[in-house]
Amino acid sequence: MKITLNNRPEEIDASEMTVNDIIQYKNFTFKLLVTKVNGKLVKTAERSQVTVRDGDTVEVMHLISGG
Amino acid sequence: MKWEEIKVHLLNKKVGVAGCGGLGSNAAVALARVGVRKFVLVDFDIIEPSNLNRQYYFRRQLGMKKVDGLSYNLLEIDAAIEITAHDMKLEYGDISTVFAGCDLVIEAFDKAEAKQMIAEAMIENMPSTPLIMGIGMAGIGGFQLIKQEKWSDNIYICGDSVSEISESLPPLAPRVGIVSNMQANLALELLLSESKST
Repeated sequence: MKITLNNRPEEIDASEMTVNDIIQYKNFTFKLLVTKVNGKLVKTAERSQVTVRDGDTVEVMHLISGG
Repeated sequence: MKWEEIKVHLLNKKVGVAGCGGLGSNAAVALARVGVRKFVLVDFDIIEPSNLNRQYYFRRQLGMKKVDGLSYNLLEIDAAIEITAHDMKLEYGDISTVFAGCDLVIEAFDKAEAKQMIAEAMIENMPSTPLIMGIGMAGIGGFQLIKQEKWSDNIYICGDSVSEISESLPPLAPRVGIVSNMQANLALELLLSESKST
């Protein structure tokens, strides 16, 4: 499938994946994330249920302490 | 835009400041100096000696609530500023009530968990209000790594995205000042661009 991940085209050798799978596949190592699929918020607990398919837009932001 | 025009455009703008520590106090001061006259300040903490290495407070203010100390300092810059101060720990469900009517919100929390909470709340409950986040400002140097970006829809990020605070990577005035003023600069840009389009 071809998706857009953080504004960049990304080709993944799978027909669909959960948001959690994508996080693992891309090696996002930061603990705290905010994720969106097609502009809609996907909360932490929903990441194992929400499926990403061809043409979808995925956005991932990581958070670190300091301020 | 001329300075006099900027002040007129900012007259009725309201800015929310979520956290009045290093990022929030410095960003609020910068915005007060350029003419923002309405603020909603939120913090649950008091001013401690260890804050003085980066936060916009003074020795005589030690022990005060941060929202009171910052309110006082903003009014020292411009006595016409109107402030709504909340001495509280913000929770997910409070965000849209506390910041109702704000043209934008500066995210200036310390903890990553709180940053996640406000980002998710603003995406879900205030999708048309910009949230300007500060992510990655600990340590020294690395000026070229600091950037600003529009992450998605109403969420903007300022910082280097990687320098997390720790014992060996403390938050310090110069770098915290750079990122907080970058947040204020972006806030100013957004506030003035709204004015032009309306």
